[in-house]
Amino acid sequence: MSAHVELADVYKEFATGERRVEALQGVSVAVGRNEFAAILGPSGCGKSTLLNMVAGFDAPTRGRVLFAGEPVRAPDPRRAVVFQEPALFPWYTVLDNITFGLRTRRLPPERWRAKVDTFVEQVGLRGFESHYPAELSGGMKQRVGIARVLVMDPEVLLMDEPFGSLDAQTRSVMQELLLSVWERHQQTVLFVTHDIEEALLLADTVWVMTARPGRIKKRLRVELPRPRPLEVTTSPFFNELKREVLALIRDESLKAAVER
Amino acid sequence: MARRLVLSVLLPLALLALWTTAVHQRWVMEGIIPSPEQVTRSWYQWIVGGPTRSLSPYSGTWLANVLYSGRRVLEGFALAAVVGIPLGLFIGWNRLVARLVDPSVQLLRPVPITAWLPFAIAVFGIYDTSALFLIGLGAFYPIVVNTTHGVRDTNLLLLRAARMLGAGETAILTKVVFRSALPSIFTGLRLGIGIAWTAVIVAEMIAVKSGLGYVLWDAYYVGRMDICVATMFSVGLLGFLSDRAIQLLARVVLRWRTLEAHG
Repeated sequence: MSAHVELADVYKEFATGERRVEALQGVSVAVGRNEFAAILGPSGCGKSTLLNMVAGFDAPTRGRVLFAGEPVRAPDPRRAVVFQEPALFPWYTVLDNITFGLRTRRLPPERWRAKVDTFVEQVGLRGFESHYPAELSGGMKQRVGIARVLVMDPEVLLMDEPFGSLDAQTRSVMQELLLSVWERHQQTVLFVTHDIEEALLLADTVWVMTARPGRIKKRLRVELPRPRPLEVTTSPFFNELKREVLALIRDESLKAAVER
Repeated sequence: MARRLVLSVLLPLALLALWTTAVHQRWVMEGIIPSPEQVTRSWYQWIVGGPTRSLSPYSGTWLANVLYSGRRVLEGFALAAVVGIPLGLFIGWNRLVARLVDPSVQLLRPVPITAWLPFAIAVFGIYDTSALFLIGLGAFYPIVVNTTHGVRDTNLLLLRAARMLGAGETAILTKVVFRSALPSIFTGLRLGIGIAWTAVIVAEMIAVKSGLGYVLWDAYYVGRMDICVATMFSVGLLGFLSDRAIQLLARVVLRWRTLEAHG
């Protein structure tokens, strides 16, 4: 089976004035169809850069980024992004934010009204449809950020530390929400995070990255049955995995900390 | 609330007292500066007309002149907005348009409206077109500059979000860039209406024969300083009201922003 999303020997350099910064160095990642993959690494390791290239916001310096076998050239609703900052349109209500993609594509409302309603219900935004983003909490904003891409029926969900700026309580609620939504729709997911527990709880495969310049250090399979309740994080098997990843990532985090 | 009201009328009352005293104590040359009572009386007569057939040629002509000036300001301002906002959007959005148009705008901008007067009269004559040109040109600059600025300030993340949701260039321009630039555009409109009132007075002093600016200059020539001062107050009042109208519109259109400030 060919990969749904693939990065083949990808290099990325950023030039800031005279200085050249190498963000990614020979990164190869393959994510199968309907697979939930997590990219795990210390901050500044280039994992967001990686995601931006799959999204089509950015092009690699060298190497290839493929989606369904085709090179990625531009952003596309089939590869939907959930950003760390919710990036909602502050001048639109919750409902208008969710239907933004559908409306700009001029799809007739009869065709999506029922679907939008389902997702509003599924992500828990019922009753907030006419609120403005400024009136919502961080968690609620992120629910809108998720709903507005789900209504587009994306093939791939690209998530860039989507729960990174939420408090611990809200974060586990959102992780549970994402799991329940994903178990129902099973899109291919590429989920970027620096939170080991989050990666292991959500993903089928975890790609551990090194500190800058970012390289893939190891690929791990998370053989935990689904559906996964939040309680799996307390199981012995989960903790065994966690210890393994922790050992892998500790020296990388230290390296990253020293660089700062 | 009451305290704020007291505070805000304190300075005007003090200035009024100073003015009254200065005239009554003969600190200023008699007959040059009219007293507040005299200005009030003349202004009143200018608005409602004299009790008998008044000798004053201004009697009862206030509203007509306000309408002349108001119409010119509105037309010129509307013209400036209709041209300035789309042009500002394109300059801010498209590098090619920016390179093509922006240098000319920046070069012409420092030329004061007053300096355009001879040109306007030579080209358009002593007609409304001259006034319209000057008012429109004056209001155009702040509108175009602030619109451009607002467009360039658009959050990159929102542009990315719109693109990944499948928005094309037109949708991005109208649904994201324009909306995000609106607060800036309103700043431009407020500055623009202020300049429009300046320009209308200048234009009417010289380029046309009606309106508050014409009355102001005419009254000065025949030594009616009371009418001059009444005209100044009238223009100030109209400028204030039109600015308030734009602010009110902004508050309605930018409702999402007031939520942000309080939420």
